[in-house]
Amino acid sequence: MRELPTLPAMPAPEPTAEGYTRREALVMGLFALAAAATTTGCAVDRQAFDDFVAKHFKDLSPAELQDRLAQMEKRYTESYGKPVKVSATPAQEGVLFGYALDLSRCIGCRRCVYGCVEENNQSRDPQTHWITVLEMDKEDGVNLQNANAFYDHETVPAPGKFYMPVACQQCENPPCVKVCPVAATWKEPDGIVVIDYDWCIGCRCCISACPYGARRFNWGTPHIPKDEFNPVTEYLGNRPRQRGVVEKCSFCIQRVRKGLYPKCVEVCPVGARKFGNQLDPDSEIRYIIENKRVYILKEELNTQPKFFYYYGL
Amino acid sequence: MTLISKVGNFVTGTARMAFLGGNKVYYAWLAFLAACIVQALFAYAHQYDRGLISTSMRDSVSWGFYIGNFTFLVGVAAAAVLLVVPAYVYDWKPIKEVALFGELLAVASIVMCLLFVLVDMGRPDRFWHILPFIGRMNLPSAIMAWDAIVLNIYLAVNLVVASYLVYCGYHGIQYNKKFVWPLVIFSIPMAISIHTVTAFLYNGMASRPYWNSAILAPRFIASAFCSGPALLLILFQILRKVSAFEIKDEAIHKVAELMAYAMGFNLFLFGAEVFKEYYSNTHHLVHYEYLFAGLHGEPSPIAWYAWMSLAFAVISFFLFLIPKTRRNIVTMNIGCVLIYASVYIEKGIALIIPGFTPDQLGQVYAYVPSSTELRVAAGVFGVGFLLFTLMVKVSVAILFERPQAEAQPAHAEAQPARA
Amino acid sequence: MRMRPVRLMASGLFAASLLTTACRPVQEHGPRWGKAATAAKQADDTTKSTAKTPVKTVAAQFPVAPPPFSDGVFPCSECHGKTDVVNRTPHPVEFHEDIVLHHDEKNRWCLDCHDARNRDKLHLADGRLIDFTESYRLCGQCHGPTLRNWKAGEHGKRTGSWSGEKQYLLCASCHSPHSPGFKPLKPQPAPVRQEAIK
Repeated sequence: MRELPTLPAMPAPEPTAEGYTRREALVMGLFALAAAATTTGCAVDRQAFDDFVAKHFKDLSPAELQDRLAQMEKRYTESYGKPVKVSATPAQEGVLFGYALDLSRCIGCRRCVYGCVEENNQSRDPQTHWITVLEMDKEDGVNLQNANAFYDHETVPAPGKFYMPVACQQCENPPCVKVCPVAATWKEPDGIVVIDYDWCIGCRCCISACPYGARRFNWGTPHIPKDEFNPVTEYLGNRPRQRGVVEKCSFCIQRVRKGLYPKCVEVCPVGARKFGNQLDPDSEIRYIIENKRVYILKEELNTQPKFFYYYGL
Repeated sequence: MTLISKVGNFVTGTARMAFLGGNKVYYAWLAFLAACIVQALFAYAHQYDRGLISTSMRDSVSWGFYIGNFTFLVGVAAAAVLLVVPAYVYDWKPIKEVALFGELLAVASIVMCLLFVLVDMGRPDRFWHILPFIGRMNLPSAIMAWDAIVLNIYLAVNLVVASYLVYCGYHGIQYNKKFVWPLVIFSIPMAISIHTVTAFLYNGMASRPYWNSAILAPRFIASAFCSGPALLLILFQILRKVSAFEIKDEAIHKVAELMAYAMGFNLFLFGAEVFKEYYSNTHHLVHYEYLFAGLHGEPSPIAWYAWMSLAFAVISFFLFLIPKTRRNIVTMNIGCVLIYASVYIEKGIALIIPGFTPDQLGQVYAYVPSSTELRVAAGVFGVGFLLFTLMVKVSVAILFERPQAEAQPAHAEAQPARA
Repeated sequence: MRMRPVRLMASGLFAASLLTTACRPVQEHGPRWGKAATAAKQADDTTKSTAKTPVKTVAAQFPVAPPPFSDGVFPCSECHGKTDVVNRTPHPVEFHEDIVLHHDEKNRWCLDCHDARNRDKLHLADGRLIDFTESYRLCGQCHGPTLRNWKAGEHGKRTGSWSGEKQYLLCASCHSPHSPGFKPLKPQPAPVRQEAIK
């Protein structure tokens, strides 16, 4: 038999410390197909592949989680030009968060909206606001059909109007969690409803299901100016999101799990916002729930929010 | 022939049947569909590159043209049952010969449904998250997960039955009733289930009072049954003219009659919804006001579609109900077009948009599909119609144009392969 | 000046009630704020007699932010001596023209809150002197329910940690004592209309 010409040696694929699992190999094949089919012509680089096969947050082992956090920190530090920290702080025991907002005090200044935007790394272009402030007539009361989110006065409060900021109510019986087909959103033990941005498929069932208009979708690629980026981030909270995934208020999970108040509570100039642990009988949130006239938005839907509007005056 | 070579033969043979032997009109039609698909690929590439921001959907109206078409097409797929029930359950010969075409329509429709879901996803590269075992399915609570399951089962059942029947027809062997019949009977509750589950997707949402109605599932089934077969009736008449396809007038008239009753029921349910909203006159009426008129002094961009849909529905109902107009070929075809258009609007624009307008906090965003959405949707329809055209051409060729080979038992011994 | 007996009794009762309210062990309307509550609870739980546990001063129970003085105005005693003769009848003053009183000005004037002899202090209705850091006690004389809510953390703002140390803001930190009503603010921009997002 004549000698066959030798073929050049093919470069071996880069193995990880653990090597490729069977599932990784399967999705690698799928990814290769997907990559070939797109006109973006993305190279099968390690980062894109890691994103593609990324496991659900709840399926990550502690070592894998640390690995992922380190990867993310490296990536975000490069992108934003400052040292970025990504944590995955677990919920504290014996904590169920509660939030109260005094409707008689809110003046609709929107400082909470923009404080939140800065703290939680929301996209500036296209613009994303987690908090919507509704202006309604005092005579009419809470009537969402006559609410205006786009008011623009010289000064607030405008005469005869009152203001109701709405963001995620962190429901105890959340419809968004119920409808997500891939379980990318769930309720944590301390009551915060979180989203795994790397698992969300962007089907927007949750946006349809939310009665409070709290969820936002990244229709385009989010942009945050580098100098305004908040480098203290949380995996399930304010780390930069990608295009095509859903996001929403997380009660500033990166702050509250370290014992701080959410940003909106701190920036409110009139002290209309209150926050605390509902399970602590000495907290101000318990005082409000027990002593004030508390109002729950769309209570008849039985979502059991952690957000209590009240009338302090 | 061994089984493998039989299947191989079937594949190459049917491919030849699909692409060869057609007339100029046929190839023009294929070219048109191919053009639709190609332009859609460019449009979708643009959408994949920029994201869904290239559609008109925004946070207030987060589902739009794609999901509207998806909902309509699930109904069309479910409508195959309108042919299957008389054919297999009642063994009514005139329809039995053509029930296959209902199943082919179901296959093409489900393929289009799955494509519409894919183009609507924010992260289509993560589609594997919804697959069982390698992904994470949020069962039993997520209706979308159930929808994925039932749609794929229905697709599989129809694909298996249709392929098998065509395969048997191709090789001239008698199909195995014991294999086909249970699958076909199973496809009947599956057809109901796909559209019921799709309806549950909407009516389970307490956040959207326009959809949160108990009769949404029955409405979906009724409107599906009256619109899906319309396409088939027109198709049968065309096939009768251009090929050896045979269908008795009786069969066409029976299907039209069943469509009349389905539309009657659909109108009744619609009337029930309208009564409830207008009579109870709660804040939830605001969605119907947007649908039929407008809000805050602004006329609604969809109002005239809604009225058109209603008018078409009533007209086509009478056209199909009255035996004279049902049997008259002109009025029957007018009725088919009107009924299809009516339900297309009812399940698309008139279902999705008022559900989101005004949104959960009372804000109004007037959604009108963008050019990207229209182009991509045209491409998806192109894929579906192309698939359906090819399958129909093959089926007509096999069932009506080839001389029937002697019937052989399905479990005949395989002939030894040629040396 | 000697106080009349009735006034003495009234102010004594007031002081007593204030102290007992502040120092009473946790019951339904006891102190609810972090450290004070924990201390009171511990005192209640571990000892039968509260006499053994030292009662915290009012100031220590409410760690407040520094009083928001205008630049250079404090200490007032740099200008106001202790032996100045003072006209206690309300009259226009020559200095401090920048302060326009808009706080029940028909019935109150400067010396109803500021002490006539020691301008570095405020005085309660019974004449007792209090520091500017405890000005909430003075506000609470008229605004009782508000003071109660403030102590519970419902009124006003507290910064710090929801689960630990908190710092209160004085009433005067947000409400100018001379003109306490909030002035209207310019709102930050309205959200971009979704139609404009391309």
